[in-house]
Amino acid sequence: MSVEVAVPKGYTRVFSKPRALSDAGFTYCPGCHHGIITRLVAEAIDELGILERTVGIAPVGCAVFLDRFFNCDFVQAAHGRACAVATGIKRARPDLVVFTYQGDGDLAAIGTAETVHAANRGENITVIFVNNGIYGMTGGEMAPTTLPGQRTTTTPAGREPRLHGYPLKISEMLAQLDGPAYITRQAVFDHPHIVKAKRAILKAFRNQLDGKGFSLVEILSTCPTNWRMSPAEAGRWVAEEVTEVFPLGDLKDVG
Amino acid sequence: MEKGIVFAGFGGQGILLAGKVLARAGMNRGLEVTWLPSYGPEMRGGTANCTVVIADFPIGSPVVDCPDALVAMNAPSLDKFEERVAEGGIIVANSSLVKRPVKRGDVRAIPIPANDIAAELGNPRVINMVALGALVRALGVVSLEEIQRAMEEELHGKGRDKLIELNREALRRGFSEAEKYLS
Amino acid sequence: MSRVLMRGNEAIAEAAIRSGLKCYFCYPITPQGEMVEYMARELPKRGGVFLQAESEVAAINMVYGAAAAGVRTMTSSSSPGISLKQEGISYIAMARLPCVIVNMMRGGPGLGNIAPAQGDYFQATKGGGHGDYRLIVLAPSTVPEAAELVRLAFDLSDKYRVPAMLLADGMIGQMMEPVELPEPVDPDRIPPRPWAVTGARGRPKNVVSSFDLEPEGLREMNLVLQETYREIERNEVRWEEVETGDAELLLVAYGTVGRIAKTVVRLAREEGLPVGLFRPITLWPFPYEPLRMLAEKVGTVLTVELSAGQMWEDVRLAVEGRAETPFYGELGGVVPSPKRILEEVRKYVG
Repeated sequence: MSVEVAVPKGYTRVFSKPRALSDAGFTYCPGCHHGIITRLVAEAIDELGILERTVGIAPVGCAVFLDRFFNCDFVQAAHGRACAVATGIKRARPDLVVFTYQGDGDLAAIGTAETVHAANRGENITVIFVNNGIYGMTGGEMAPTTLPGQRTTTTPAGREPRLHGYPLKISEMLAQLDGPAYITRQAVFDHPHIVKAKRAILKAFRNQLDGKGFSLVEILSTCPTNWRMSPAEAGRWVAEEVTEVFPLGDLKDVG
Repeated sequence: MEKGIVFAGFGGQGILLAGKVLARAGMNRGLEVTWLPSYGPEMRGGTANCTVVIADFPIGSPVVDCPDALVAMNAPSLDKFEERVAEGGIIVANSSLVKRPVKRGDVRAIPIPANDIAAELGNPRVINMVALGALVRALGVVSLEEIQRAMEEELHGKGRDKLIELNREALRRGFSEAEKYLS
Repeated sequence: MSRVLMRGNEAIAEAAIRSGLKCYFCYPITPQGEMVEYMARELPKRGGVFLQAESEVAAINMVYGAAAAGVRTMTSSSSPGISLKQEGISYIAMARLPCVIVNMMRGGPGLGNIAPAQGDYFQATKGGGHGDYRLIVLAPSTVPEAAELVRLAFDLSDKYRVPAMLLADGMIGQMMEPVELPEPVDPDRIPPRPWAVTGARGRPKNVVSSFDLEPEGLREMNLVLQETYREIERNEVRWEEVETGDAELLLVAYGTVGRIAKTVVRLAREEGLPVGLFRPITLWPFPYEPLRMLAEKVGTVLTVELSAGQMWEDVRLAVEGRAETPFYGELGGVVPSPKRILEEVRKYVG
């Protein structure tokens, strides 16, 4: 647990770490948007006052250490299985607030079936889907969401749709189903978008508290390391290129 | 005492139920029983058979090499199992459909026109109970009353209560039909 | 206590519910369909959760979640489905979660068929998925024993925090026998789960994980697992002996074949052949020691299995040359009759 430092006389506290976060430092690469997204989730948990009844599902991938960063209970899932694990927890103990935090390889490739069916059942869980278009931790391989022409270690000449398929628009797919309550795509490359993304995350958790069912927030993220870009270039790439293929906004909202 | 009984016929002839009723009657009597279906992916219309073992000691194998009794509801079933029946065993054959006599001379053959009797009773579905009644008479392990009670327990509360009286009568008719061949 | 005539699949389901099962996750597969249907009908009525998953993979991961949340949970399937579950079982084993997995084995490899077989012995007893782990493997040979071992599977799994598998086959699943069902478990008897993810209220957070990136840390986790396995090997070996006192030929068989072999022993004794039966009930831990002691006294240890000789390897490890160790196996879902096994027996005695 973090220690609250007393505010000296004459000073005003303008910033503090969310209670939901532990003192463990993030292990994300410098400039990666994961850090922002993880913090937004923690802020949402704080603001809703649900830390003591929340269980997170940590994925395989760059957020594999998520359980260290948070102060709530955590379960480590196998690659792709987070939505199934979350289903098991939520069905066993419906009073818990259960969220998954998954990357694009996890959620939209190896775990497509688990994701689609949890959404289709309207499973009352919150899914944070971090889409950076690449397999970050394993070394920058092509993800289901890699853009056409984008170079990765497994598409050295760039993703060629005729050979490798097209970017998988899983949020659009899920929005077609009757089960989900809320499907939205957000980004965090500048301050206005961070504020919007935070609002979406809050809503996705609130939906669970209200029993509305499956809520998924896709957040376009960066991978400066594997994209071989500076953090600033990576942010611009999201704003200018990625949003062309993956437009921002709500895809489904039952209100 | 250990008796192995094979029930065989077309899917839909109530083979599995007949075996189950016999197993239940044995259990109610305090005996050990096993009921083993041959199971296949075809739900209806295929061939079906089940093996019931009744014993007064714990049963080892539910698989029987040489059954003490065979209930053959159609010709292919008689063809398939006749040779395997134990010496001195019983063959109840549904003579409404099995047009040939039992070949074996070392068994007690009991031809029962189950379809005809069921038709007389007004419901073709009770052929299994007609044959079971005949088997019970020949086997002598459980009584007519015991098999009737087991049938009632089996049908009770499954939306088939109204069929109980008919099935009681079917068992009785089969039972008395077998008398002819046993006295 | 009255006896009920039940199919194996249904008796297992009922015994599980009476053992405090709270969450059951499944995917339909023959020959265990009656278990799925029974659970769908009964479990919700009795305060539990039934969920048909989109796949075997999802089902076992739902079990992982429910077990992490601290409830008694179970899944069931048959051979090809159990293969799909292996990833999840490996995670469950390392995360130290209790749960019960039922495998009603069928003919394989591949799609095989739905007839009884015992070809999943290696998979069940030697790990099955990746990594150094074991399951407690219980092998019933009758329907009443299946009901009894379901209760034991839950109890042992809770006690050691090791997943337990009930390993039977389509014959035990499909056949009916009179069963005395266990009394419903007293909820206070189910061990507390202070490690479960129930919300970090008034305690430090709980983390359920099978992961440590540091080799020293992962080694430590493995050593704790191995120590648990040694303890189980010391405490939980179970087997049955039939007419072993003066036997010169010892049959070794489990499950369906184990019960057929009992008839073989009776028939052999009627012919004056000195034949006994050793029936392992725990396949892991395998009863090496008691079998070794018997092997000292008999000339021949004949293993009979519905496989190409999977348990036979453990039998030979137990016997270690103290007796002849011939093998008779059937494949593809063929079940040998007592007479057929007796022919095999006669090759070595009398």
